[in-house]
Amino acid sequence: MSHDDVLNPKQMPHDPEKATLEGKNKFIGFWMFLGGETVLFASLFGTYLALVRSTSGENTPEHLFGLELVFIMTMLLLTSSLTSVYAMYHMKNHDFKKMQLWLGITVLLGLGFLGCEIYEFYHYIHEYGFTFRSSAFGSAFYTLVGFHGGHVVFGLSWIVALMIRNQKRGLNLYNAPKFYIASLYWHFIDVVWVFIFTVVYLMGKVG
Amino acid sequence: MKGWIGKLRPVFIFSVLTLFLAGCGEENLSALKPKGYGAELLLDLMVISIAIMLFVFVIVMAIYTFVLIRYRRKKGDEDYIPKQTEGNKSLEIIWTVIPILLLLILAVPTVQATFDLADEAPRSEEGSITIEVTGNQYWWHFNYPDQEVSTSQDLYIPTGERVYLDMTSSDVIHSFWVPSIAGKMDTNPGGNENTMYLEAYEEGVYWGHCAELCGESHSLMDFRVIAVSSEDYDQWISDMQNIDAEATPETQSAQDGKAAFENSCMGCHAIGNSPAGVGPNLSNFGNRTKIAGILDYNKENLVDWIMNPDEFKPGNKMQGYNVSEEEAQQIADYLMQLDHSEVTPESVSSSSEE
Amino acid sequence: MSNAIAQQRGLGAMIWDYITTVDHKKIAHLYLVSGGFFFLIGGLEAMIIRIQLMKPDNEFISAGLYNEMITMHGTTMIFLAAMPLIFALMNAVVPLQIGARDVAFPFLNSLGFWLFLFGGLLLNVSWFTGGAPDAGWTNYAPLSTTSAGHGVDYYVMGLQISGAGTLIGGINFLVTIINMRAPGMTYMRMPLFTWTTFITSVLILFAFPALTVGLFLMMFDRMFGSAFFDVTAGGNEIIWEHLFWIFGHPEVYILILPLFGAFSDIISTFSKKRLFGYSAMVFATVLIGFLGFMVWAHHMFTVGLGPIANSIFAVSTMAIAVPTGIKIFNWLFTMWGGSIKMSAAMLWSIAFIPSFTIGGMTGVMLASAAADYQYHDTYFVVGHFHYVIVGGVVFGIFAALHYWWPKMFGKVLNEKLGHLAFWPFFIGFHLTFFIQHFLGLMGMPRRYWTYFEGQSLATGNMISTVGAFLMAIGTLIFLYNIVYTAIKEPQASADPWDGRTLEWSIPSTPPFYNFKQTPLVRGLDPLWIEKMEGRKGVTPAEPLGDIHMPNASVLPFLMSLGLFIAGFGFIYQVDHNAWFIAVAVGMGLTLGSMLTRSLKDDLGYHIHKEDLVEKGDGK
Repeated sequence: MSHDDVLNPKQMPHDPEKATLEGKNKFIGFWMFLGGETVLFASLFGTYLALVRSTSGENTPEHLFGLELVFIMTMLLLTSSLTSVYAMYHMKNHDFKKMQLWLGITVLLGLGFLGCEIYEFYHYIHEYGFTFRSSAFGSAFYTLVGFHGGHVVFGLSWIVALMIRNQKRGLNLYNAPKFYIASLYWHFIDVVWVFIFTVVYLMGKVG
Repeated sequence: MKGWIGKLRPVFIFSVLTLFLAGCGEENLSALKPKGYGAELLLDLMVISIAIMLFVFVIVMAIYTFVLIRYRRKKGDEDYIPKQTEGNKSLEIIWTVIPILLLLILAVPTVQATFDLADEAPRSEEGSITIEVTGNQYWWHFNYPDQEVSTSQDLYIPTGERVYLDMTSSDVIHSFWVPSIAGKMDTNPGGNENTMYLEAYEEGVYWGHCAELCGESHSLMDFRVIAVSSEDYDQWISDMQNIDAEATPETQSAQDGKAAFENSCMGCHAIGNSPAGVGPNLSNFGNRTKIAGILDYNKENLVDWIMNPDEFKPGNKMQGYNVSEEEAQQIADYLMQLDHSEVTPESVSSSSEE
Repeated sequence: MSNAIAQQRGLGAMIWDYITTVDHKKIAHLYLVSGGFFFLIGGLEAMIIRIQLMKPDNEFISAGLYNEMITMHGTTMIFLAAMPLIFALMNAVVPLQIGARDVAFPFLNSLGFWLFLFGGLLLNVSWFTGGAPDAGWTNYAPLSTTSAGHGVDYYVMGLQISGAGTLIGGINFLVTIINMRAPGMTYMRMPLFTWTTFITSVLILFAFPALTVGLFLMMFDRMFGSAFFDVTAGGNEIIWEHLFWIFGHPEVYILILPLFGAFSDIISTFSKKRLFGYSAMVFATVLIGFLGFMVWAHHMFTVGLGPIANSIFAVSTMAIAVPTGIKIFNWLFTMWGGSIKMSAAMLWSIAFIPSFTIGGMTGVMLASAAADYQYHDTYFVVGHFHYVIVGGVVFGIFAALHYWWPKMFGKVLNEKLGHLAFWPFFIGFHLTFFIQHFLGLMGMPRRYWTYFEGQSLATGNMISTVGAFLMAIGTLIFLYNIVYTAIKEPQASADPWDGRTLEWSIPSTPPFYNFKQTPLVRGLDPLWIEKMEGRKGVTPAEPLGDIHMPNASVLPFLMSLGLFIAGFGFIYQVDHNAWFIAVAVGMGLTLGSMLTRSLKDDLGYHIHKEDLVEKGDGK
């Protein structure tokens, strides 16, 4: 397949993300990468669970966490996952404008989530004096949730960069896999959050 | 329990192996010359595993040697093309099943011994001895909580009886190992306390090592286990309990040494019963046979050690005090007369040589 | 267009070519040279250790320096020598064995290499900046978190960077093997080296993130005041041990499996026989990889996990002996009935079998949890893992280098010198390490700077040191052989060994696009099948056509350089905040390069089929 074919938006197959060998490689490679990421987060969860009782003072999970804010964050992130599905749906139908629109909504929801998280951390630090250094629990909490937050930042930057870069030229076989794996990454972030919500916040509040 | 593992001992191959291994190392240091329950159990386990492994090795080497001699390409055979066999199901099954069986033979005593060495049940009995072991960079603290006795570096235990150790560390991870009596166990800082037990068969002075890398002087963190008869042990305990830290030494030099010691050393070192401190407990320093676990026991070495500990044990924490050479001499005199017990490493080694 | 630049022949152009190359064969060269360099450094450290232990009460080096030596010897040999040398082989061989023109991600392949190299360099810079890490290659907390100076910081940053490179390399090979196989190359027709590379890559993928997390926690504790391993603030030092060994045990199989594959290929080739029990061998490889994740706590029997955990991990560890045994017997029966040619590659492979069998057997002994209370952290363990790693991995690397040298460099390594290097190394190896089992049981713990007179340890240590010198002599002869071969030996043919697999169907060295036409694979040992049917080469699967190739890029180099700079920043920001500038500059370079990579189209280029015909075999 020549360059012209790859870049020509008029010759799009139904699954543009997997139509080229490069696309297929990216697709499988990224799934593998997510497998590695799973081990990474599993290790962080394990560390967190080992240290969750190592609190100092009254800054225990029960005392700190408020489920209202975390519930809103969960909703934001879950919805953003759904909107990124819409975006991929439109990609498969070769509707670039709608894809960009839904990706834009995804980014806004992600930014909303991020804003809440920054507020949450700020709140813990300034209202409770609960920091990264205050106890082993503090270190484990900020590391686990912070690693996730870092993934959100990276995911958002990635999607925004792709949107701006391809704004003018539209969808083609070269950039379709890029969009697709960025959205895979976004789903992964969402799944990790579901576990954080359960293990850190729900179990912290109940247990 | 000696169990069936011990009963295997007279079997030819096991006795030959044991005999062969017993040629290795020093009496009071080698894991191959067991002088205690744990070490003996573990040597039996080793011998079983070596026997199984030798069996496998002999078979592998027999096939190996045959193949290499028989099927080596000879002159004139360069164009010979061997039959391209794909494999053989029955052979595959044989060399899958037989190793599994062999491993089971090893797995059963392994699990038994593992549980045996973790058996804490007798501990609840009246009169069982518990000793708290604390690893420190680079020395050991031993505390007998029920008897209210503490000491460092020399661990006194009675023979023919299980002594239970509760083990922690005050700084980094160490590992407590007396090869000729028992295996080893890590001492962890924080809440991860470990336990093990020692049971020495014979009276003697046994060498102990730290087995987990703990810093610069890791290799110099030696200690001794002094196994004595239970009468001697009781004697030793009561001698230790009767130590009077305030007692005035006989010689003038030692009296001055006591003053200097109280002035410069008491911040870290204790005489008499004490919790694990910053420095070793010196209650029975006069009974020791090594200085700092490694140097020969004499006044010259002790003075050198006091003046310049970092030269002998790099990275140790004995610092921040200021004594003159003369004071060091006096302190040495004071410490070396702290020999409150008749039961000493020397008395043991002389009696065990009889 | 890497080839065109290379032909300008200037030294600068050549360096630039290697810095920007995305060709897996050149990346293999880079891995080989840098891995070989670190192997020599690690070897030098080993010699210093052996000289220090030559006699009792020796003070050849100080206790502190000794701890740095053992730490750097272990870390260097595992992460900076064995791993890259294996990656060199994988890069040089796997794409050729599966009939591919390149790896799946040539760009990432290059990135993986540069990350490894800069990570390794960062680690070794510590020698010149006030002391190398000194808490052992296992770096247990809290010894590591409280270690003075910046040594351990270098360990953390160096391994983090090079570990990222390894992870990327692993993913790359996974996708390459899944997606890039030539038509007809089904999974069950793949050569064993490709299979073991595949399983190793799976292990890398699932093992390295645990190390990544461990290193992050260590970094946070040392540089940013967190309390993961600080017991005074509620931390737990055992977490490090678990994370390290969840990575560390699979790592052992990551090292040995590819060489199991290499031995399989070599033994089969030089016995002129198909590998005996191919499917059993594949199955055993998969099983070893799987079990490799279930046994990490056997490194922690004395930590105090309790008899239940110890027993479970003891039995699961013993289970690994079964698939390993299957492999040993299948190798023996591959030779059975064959026509064994004792080439240098085969000599190393044959020496491997008894050596590794001993290492495996002491492994089973160590698995016996209770008995490990005696073995643990003694020279018995040192003897054991050197039997596995030197007797398995290093022998394997020597064997594989002899075997694939013509494919990598176009010349057959001199056979006489090959044999000459083998014997001192082989004898020295057994002298050095066999006695260490006994030293351990006689009461010598590992990582001991010295031992005393009167402990009966002197003779054994002396023998061990003598052996180490013999190994050094063997290594030097091998190095001489490389130089000698480069100067004196003639160009090798495409198939110098009467090979069986696809890499021998193309010229030595292969053209940069590897296969002019993608081959059609008709069974296991595809080249052998064709030769038996009287054909000269492998039947092509496609007509001659344009070949798509990736562009060279300097970005991987820049990304890694950025992390290298940022690494210094992270290490020294503890001393002064100004070092955050280095963090910013380094991370800026890395992230900027990543952004460039993401935004700038890189579609590669095509070699037109007319050019292919003109160039003949592409020489």
